[in-house]
Amino acid sequence: MNRHLLSIADLSKEEAVNLLDTAAELARVTETPVKKLPTLRGRTIVNLFFEDSTRTRISFEAAAKRLSADVINFSAKGSSLSKGESLKDTALTLQAMGADGVVIRHPASGAAHRLASQKWMSGCVINAGDGTHEHPTQALLDAFTIRENLKEPSGDLAGLNVAIVGDVLHSRVARSNVLLLQKLGAIVTLIAPPTLLPVAVNTWGCNVKYDFDSDLNSFDVVMMLRVQRERMEDAFFPSEREYARRYGLNAARLSLLNSRCIVMHPGPMNRGLEISADSADSDKSVIVDQVKNGVAVRMAALYLLLGGE
Amino acid sequence: MSINYLLKNLKDASGKRIELAISNGRFVEVKDAAPDSEIIDGKGLTAIPGLVDLHTHLREPGKEDAETVLSGSKAAAAGGFTAISAMPNTNPIADTAGVVEQVFRLGISHGICDVFPIGAVTLGQQGKILSEMGAMRSSEAKVRIFSDDGHCVWDSLVMRRALEYVKAFDGVIAQHAQDPRLTHGSQMNEGEVSAALGLKGWPAAAEESIIARDLLLNEHVGSRLHICHLTTIGGVELIRWAKKRGIQVTAEVTPHHLLLTDELARSYDPLYKVNPPLRTERDVMALREGVVDGTIDVIATDHAPHPAEDKDCEWAAAAFGMIGLETALSVSYKALVESGLMRFEDLVERMSGAPARIGRYEGHGSLAIGNEANFTLVDTATNWRVETPEIRSKSKNSPYLGLELPVTVRHTYLRGKEVFSQ
Repeated sequence: MNRHLLSIADLSKEEAVNLLDTAAELARVTETPVKKLPTLRGRTIVNLFFEDSTRTRISFEAAAKRLSADVINFSAKGSSLSKGESLKDTALTLQAMGADGVVIRHPASGAAHRLASQKWMSGCVINAGDGTHEHPTQALLDAFTIRENLKEPSGDLAGLNVAIVGDVLHSRVARSNVLLLQKLGAIVTLIAPPTLLPVAVNTWGCNVKYDFDSDLNSFDVVMMLRVQRERMEDAFFPSEREYARRYGLNAARLSLLNSRCIVMHPGPMNRGLEISADSADSDKSVIVDQVKNGVAVRMAALYLLLGGE
Repeated sequence: MSINYLLKNLKDASGKRIELAISNGRFVEVKDAAPDSEIIDGKGLTAIPGLVDLHTHLREPGKEDAETVLSGSKAAAAGGFTAISAMPNTNPIADTAGVVEQVFRLGISHGICDVFPIGAVTLGQQGKILSEMGAMRSSEAKVRIFSDDGHCVWDSLVMRRALEYVKAFDGVIAQHAQDPRLTHGSQMNEGEVSAALGLKGWPAAAEESIIARDLLLNEHVGSRLHICHLTTIGGVELIRWAKKRGIQVTAEVTPHHLLLTDELARSYDPLYKVNPPLRTERDVMALREGVVDGTIDVIATDHAPHPAEDKDCEWAAAAFGMIGLETALSVSYKALVESGLMRFEDLVERMSGAPARIGRYEGHGSLAIGNEANFTLVDTATNWRVETPEIRSKSKNSPYLGLELPVTVRHTYLRGKEVFSQ
């Protein structure tokens, strides 16, 4: 495994499968009454969050603590980050404090790469979402959840049909998932209005559709993406109502999914916009599983990056 | 006082053996060389007319930590340039006779390189009200070129009026073609790489649609239009079409757009962040072809110095631009001559003769007898490595750091005076 986890593109299929298998093992351990492992005792992990994110930060924090690491949370609000301190100076500060690993969430695409490639700090870097680029641990926890629900508890996702629906253009979750799920053998179909797909999406090797309704029953997984309401002002789509009608997962579409199909969403959801309440709460929904699995997958990432040193 | 020289054993850009006699700052016939001429053996050196840049950012006044007229002039001389054109996006903006005269006088007083200020087309480069272009033309700086570079003259009516207005004094409007609505927040070329990197795309159409509009406007009003830094296949084809149709237009390309592609953005290193953005391999090839067939008249640097902190950060936070004065000849040579597409003498024409004519920079762009002795001696057989300490520009934001490049500039002369030597 690389020294950093920046992009799914840097992982081989074997490394990805190994990470998922490690997560499965760690998940079993944390189901015992004593949830903690001593693996990262004495190591310091910094959660460096330049963007608000409750669930990802808490998930990483829980993962690090279950591995007995010391966790420092460093978030934009009320810190020097909100006073315009540069990424470089922040990194130098973390280096001075002896951070062994940095989990970074940043609004700029490539921020995690910069942190890892410049000689600002020596710790390992985990990308917890960089702009509209990638969110690798989200894709890994999604793959983990798909595998847990639809396949053997080990191995890949060969032959599964996965639909990813919504704002692909601005989604780091979609980018990481397209790379990872295809690497693991799944057949990925992106479904979105043409305005919310990158112009060169044809180079991604997946299927692309503008129509959500055709062949709905062919999917094993339907993954809904969050739509930011402010996109409407940039003329990406005419109205929330039209978006929900054409690309929302509502009760009618839910009823057309095949019996084993699971419904996913990386959260936070806009209920009523991209996903209706009955879809989010249906027995097909594995959205709560995703959150739970996030901790095990992030433990595995921390363990594999830092544990071997 | 000026010194008289007789330079022997030189070659010209076509490889022909020549001698150059310089007396009182001008080229004279060898037989008329002053008897006290210092004789210099130019063995192994090629004499070319001093290079002329139509697109330079000198940052003075206002951002002297990035570059000054002095440091920019030194960088220019080291790159073989004897004339550069200072873009008006300084602080204050060069939209009045006062500012252009200040920059012009600084150039004269340093005496290292002729600095010809470019005036802003509109007040504050806001794109709304024409600046006093007539006053800048009549000033001591004799401004010939006007540009809102960094910003596009986007309003069609303002662009039409600007083109018409400068006809009164043989001015030229140099357009930075960029539709601002299509490029709001854009970070890099829109395509396969931007899709993968999640960086906001900058479509070729945002550049080409403005070029097309301005060509049609100029067909209607018959002024002088210059298109800055072409970067796309479509842009080259539009200019080719317009010239065939008889529309008066000239076009430039930068050395970096002749060599580098958007693939470099995969590093997320903002050294490769530039406006207009690096495009694809296909665009690079079309641009080279455009230079070769004369569709593109000149190569201009778009030398854009930025202090270290403006590049030592994440991509989106970084400034657009790269320095280029000291590497322009070498990079253009690598892209066009080493690749076998073009003869060296034709490259020199695109970097000296043609830009001097567009800017009406009398005294530059030619080794002709009677002309000012503005020339450069280069060694085409020796490569050099781009290293930070060697860079004369105050800013070090070069995408070529660590690279070995062909053609070494040895000496640069301005009106017979040696202004650079190594």
